[in-house]
Amino acid sequence: MLVYLIRRLFNVVATLLVVSVVTFGIFFAVPKITGSDPALMYAGRETNETALAGIRVKMGFDKPISEQYLLFVKGIVAGRDYNTGVDSTHCPAPCFGYSFKTETPVWDLMLDRIPVTLSLAVGAAVIWVIAGVATGVVSALKRRTAIDRTVMVGALAGVSLPIFFTGMVAPAVLVYGLGWLDVSNYRPLTEDPGAWLNSMILPWVTLAFLFAATYARITRATMLEVLGEDYIRTARAKGLTERVVIRKHALRSTLTPLVTMFGLDFGGLLGGAVLTETTFSFQGLGTAAVAAISAGDLPVIMGITLLAALFVVMANLIVDMLYAVIDPRVRLT
Amino acid sequence: MTAPLHDTSAETPAPVVTADVPAKAIQGRSPGRIAWMRLKRDKVALTGGIVVILLILVAVFAPQIVSLLGHPPNEFHEDLIDPDLGTPLGSLGGISSDFLLGVEPTNGRDVFSRIVYGARISLTVAFLAAFVSVVIGSLLGALAGFLGGWVDGLISRVMDLLLAFPQLLFTIALVSVVPDSLWGFEGTGVRMGVLVLVIGFFGWPYIGRVVRGQTISLREREYVEAARSLGAGRGYILIKELLPNLVAPILVYATMIIPTNILTEAALSFLGAGVKPPTASWGKMLSDAVPIYQDDPMYMVVPGLTIFITVLAFNLFGDGLRDALDPKGS
Repeated sequence: MLVYLIRRLFNVVATLLVVSVVTFGIFFAVPKITGSDPALMYAGRETNETALAGIRVKMGFDKPISEQYLLFVKGIVAGRDYNTGVDSTHCPAPCFGYSFKTETPVWDLMLDRIPVTLSLAVGAAVIWVIAGVATGVVSALKRRTAIDRTVMVGALAGVSLPIFFTGMVAPAVLVYGLGWLDVSNYRPLTEDPGAWLNSMILPWVTLAFLFAATYARITRATMLEVLGEDYIRTARAKGLTERVVIRKHALRSTLTPLVTMFGLDFGGLLGGAVLTETTFSFQGLGTAAVAAISAGDLPVIMGITLLAALFVVMANLIVDMLYAVIDPRVRLT
Repeated sequence: MTAPLHDTSAETPAPVVTADVPAKAIQGRSPGRIAWMRLKRDKVALTGGIVVILLILVAVFAPQIVSLLGHPPNEFHEDLIDPDLGTPLGSLGGISSDFLLGVEPTNGRDVFSRIVYGARISLTVAFLAAFVSVVIGSLLGALAGFLGGWVDGLISRVMDLLLAFPQLLFTIALVSVVPDSLWGFEGTGVRMGVLVLVIGFFGWPYIGRVVRGQTISLREREYVEAARSLGAGRGYILIKELLPNLVAPILVYATMIIPTNILTEAALSFLGAGVKPPTASWGKMLSDAVPIYQDDPMYMVVPGLTIFITVLAFNLFGDGLRDALDPKGS
């Protein structure tokens, strides 16, 4: 178990290194090819050649790409000093550099955005897992009934709808049409829990609906397959109640493929629910990344990409550990 | 798939239901024919398939359709816009016999024409990207499963790595750094090419994983062993023995990846990383509708429903195809 964990953590670090090399290569090498100067982006329009030269030395743009990359990695692990001789800035341990546009540390910017994305992802995940699995199980148990058909038609519609469309239809119907909810901007949970909940419900439901549809479809298909297995027949034959057979025996193996999916989906969302955040104008990691991309703010793009990759690989690691809990046949070696 | 596609032996002697062929009691049916017969019975999947074919025809004959039923997609009709509000005159977003799906807010372009031309972008990108994913995915997946060892290790690692990438962000970033003219192509062509390559590239691990798993389970089968004992080389076994049996899962995943690609293309256009205006695209129409949908809901509903119907049709057809090709199905 411990050996497995260490090996996997080693894998996580390796994955992140590769992602960072590729991202760094694309975002720092491509500007070089197309001929745009990162120092110029950092300095803005009103500048002169001496200021640019100073920025190049201070930010390390004068060094070769490989050395810049090593400095970048060192900054994340151990912090980094930006030094020109005249003025020096110390950037403490998880140092992802400074935003070209706002000159704030990228790490601070990300810390600022994480609560928004986290609220969105966690709340939606709770809803979609419960709703998706429950409807999927009911649909499988009531196979070929009106309930099953209705649920599956709804689920098929759900997987075919783009969130940037439902994100407009939902407020149009629920807010302006029926007046059940109201649209409000994001408020931090620590500041005002009521306002936070109020601002989150609509995005949660919209986002969760799309995922719940996929989960319901997969749950139903897996459940039907599992119910055909020999051990379910055995469990019934030894006189267990249907309730126990479904809950203890069938549901457990139904969960395995869902857990895999959940790891990828949830990890992906934590790195920025780009479309949902854009549709509801939330200032999360996703909108920050999109804004950074259109502004050419390389350090912010790098930081968020790496953070997003970290979430995905960590989520996968946790999922693989969970396997051993859900499925007793799995041994982690 | 337990048998090669060309195997016409009576492997599944299904009882003959039709009464008009009593003479030949048992008829040989290839798995391909069985699948086609199942698909023909599945009305929902067939409807999806028909809608898909219609959409393809609309995309192919866009100029002819628009010249018959619409107005040029970039022609302004400011006389149809309320000068004070910027919304179309008349009810339902300006729908009339002349403008079948209404007009765009502010400058009054024909929504019908833009939807029809948008189908070209959407379907071209989705199909070509699916093609890229299928080619890379089946090739590398089959190689990984067939050769095993370090090749398998390397390809599997690459697939895991790609799945850990924040794909949407990456795609936006790549699209935005690509210059306007490249390799002799200009404007829309370049953007579409980049979209195809990037969406296709990030899509291949999904097919690769399935093909790899299928290849691993097939390569130990007796018929492969038989071919090997007859002196068949690796290349022959891979292409002549394994590939025909991989066609079914590849086909199913290809039809499933197309609707995903349509949604991705729409999402990228929505975020401003799709084809450049004034070229019409469904995602861009939706993002244009964001600030105005409370006053002119039709301009949001039309492209939204178009995307929905398109993706739904592909999903229905894909589901039906999967069931039809499933050897366990009845």
